[in-house]
Amino acid sequence: MSPVSQRNRETDSAQLPDDQPALVAVRDAGVVRNGRLIWEHVCVDVAAGEFVAILGPNGVGKSTLLKSILGLVPLTSGEIRLLGHAPGRANHQVGYLPQRRTFDASLRIRGRDVIRLGLDGHRWGIPLPGRRSRAAIARVDELIALVDAGAYADRPIGQLSGGEQQRLLIAQALARRPRLLLLDEPLDSLDLPNQAAVAALISRICRAEGVAVMMVAHDVNPILAYLDRVIYLGHGGAVSGIPAEVITSATLTALYGTPIEVLSTSDGRLVVVGQPEAPAHHSDRHGGQP
Amino acid sequence: MTTSLALADPIGVLTHPFAQHALLAGTAVAAAAGLVGYLLVLRAQVFTADALSHVAFTGALAALAIGLDARLGLFALTVLVALGMGALGHRARPDDVIIGGVFAWILGLGTFFLTVYTTTRSAGNGAAGVTVLFGSIFGLDAARADVTAVIAAAVCAAVLVIARPLLFASLDQAVAAARGVPVRLLGYAFLTLAAVTTAEATQVTGALLILGLLAAPGGAAARLTARPLRAMGLSAGIAVASVWIGLTASYAVPALPPSFAILTVATLGYLGAIIATRTRRRKVKFRLRHS
Repeated sequence: MSPVSQRNRETDSAQLPDDQPALVAVRDAGVVRNGRLIWEHVCVDVAAGEFVAILGPNGVGKSTLLKSILGLVPLTSGEIRLLGHAPGRANHQVGYLPQRRTFDASLRIRGRDVIRLGLDGHRWGIPLPGRRSRAAIARVDELIALVDAGAYADRPIGQLSGGEQQRLLIAQALARRPRLLLLDEPLDSLDLPNQAAVAALISRICRAEGVAVMMVAHDVNPILAYLDRVIYLGHGGAVSGIPAEVITSATLTALYGTPIEVLSTSDGRLVVVGQPEAPAHHSDRHGGQP
Repeated sequence: MTTSLALADPIGVLTHPFAQHALLAGTAVAAAAGLVGYLLVLRAQVFTADALSHVAFTGALAALAIGLDARLGLFALTVLVALGMGALGHRARPDDVIIGGVFAWILGLGTFFLTVYTTTRSAGNGAAGVTVLFGSIFGLDAARADVTAVIAAAVCAAVLVIARPLLFASLDQAVAAARGVPVRLLGYAFLTLAAVTTAEATQVTGALLILGLLAAPGGAAARLTARPLRAMGLSAGIAVASVWIGLTASYAVPALPPSFAILTVATLGYLGAIIATRTRRRKVKFRLRHS
C-alpha cells in the first residue's frame, strides 16, 4: 500500500490514472503527550471513498490518531498528509464527530440549527436573508433527508434519543460535503438496533456521497459487513488490511507481543480474546498512583 | 409629534429629562443584557455573571474609596476579574469552585472598601453603597446616560458579530475547534462582554439585582423558542420591555423603586414563559392522545 501514497506525496495529491490517490497518508508517525508515548512508527493510508475502522484496546490512542490527522494533536515524529496538505490545513474538507456524551436534556436548540452550524457556524455575524441563506436552508433540508431525520429535526436536540442525536450530528459533519469523515465511536452508547441502523447509514453515505470514512470503534461487529479495511493500532505501530487478514490470532499476537486469540461465532461475529487493556509497560502514565 | 407622544406616553414620563435619560440608558442596557443573558443561559454560565455582579459592587466602591469615578472601578475590575476567572478555568470557561471562591472573597473586599469610603470620605455620598447595590437609574444625567447607551450599543453589536461561532463553540468545542473557530479567544471575548454588561447593568438595576435582568429574559426566551437567533431577539425584547414597563410603573407609583419594578416585570415574564410552555406541551399531548 505504501508505494501508492509515496508516489502521491511526491506529486502532491495529483490524480494518478492507475490508482486512487491517498486522502490520508500517515508516515512513521509518533505522538508523545505529557511525557508518555502514545504510539510510534504508525503508517496508514486511506483512499477516497474507503470505509475504514480504527480498532485497538482502550488507551491505545485511537482518538489521538484522529486528532493528529486534524492537526489538533501535534506529531512528535514522522509525518501526516491530509489531501496533500499538512494537518490542520485542509480541515474544511473533513467532517469530524468527536467522542461525546449526549446533549444536556435542557438544551433547547433545534436539530436543524445544529446541522446548520456545521455549514456556516464558523462565520462571523448573523446570517442575513438572501441567496446564500436560501442555499443553506436547502442544504440543511437535503441533509435531514439524507440521515432520515425529518420526523424530529425541528425538535430541541436535548429531548431526542441518543440515536436521533447521532444521526443529526452525522448530518452536521456532512454539511460542507467533506471528502473525509472522522468518526470517534459513533455507535458508543447506542442500543443494538440503533447501532446496526447508524452503521448502515454511515456505510450508505460513504458509498452514495463518495466520502471516505475513518471510524474509531471498540467493537468491529456492527460494521464488519460494510468495512473495506481495518487498522489495528498498537503502541509500536499499526497493521492495516482487509478484516479477514488483520483480525487473526497471528497478526494481533505479533502486533501486541502477547498471546491473542480471535474466535469466530457461528453467525460470523468476531471475538478477540486476550487483548491487552491498559498497557503495563507504560505505567508511568499515572504517575504516583499504584 | 406632541400628540403622538401624548398617546404613547399617557402619564407623561417622557416630559422629564431624568426619565428620558433613564429610558435611553435603560433600553440600551436591557438590549445588551438580553443578548448576553441568552448566551449565558445557553452556555450554563449564569453563575459567572452572578460572581461578576459582586465584583462590580467591589470595583465601584474601590474607586470611590480611592477618590475616583465609580464607573472606572466598575468597568476595570469586572473585566479584569472576568478574564482572570477565564484564565483559571478550562478553555476560558471558569468552573463553579473558581467562581464561588472568587466572588465570596471579592464581596468581602467590597465591604472593606465601603468601610474605608464611609470613614475617610464622610463628606462624600453616604448612600453610595446602597446606590451601587440597588441602582440609581433615575439619577443619571445626560452625559452619563449617553455614555451608558453608547457602550451598551457597542456590546450589542459585538455580541451579534460573535454569536454564531460562539454558539457553535458552546454546543461542541471540539468540532468548532477542528473547523478553525478560535474557541478560547471567543470564550474570553464573551467573558469580557458579560463583564461590561454587568458593569453597565449595575447602573440600572444595581449590583445585587443584575442577575434578574441577565437570566430571566434569557431563560424565558430559551423556553419559548428553540431557534437560537429568534431566542436572542426575544430575550433582548423581553429585557427592553421589562425596563420600559418597570420604569413607567416606578414613575407612576413613586413608592416602587425602579430596579424592583424592572425585575418584577422580568420575573413575571419568566413565569409567564414557564406557564405558556407547560400549557403548550399539555395541548400537544392531548392532541396526540385523541388523534
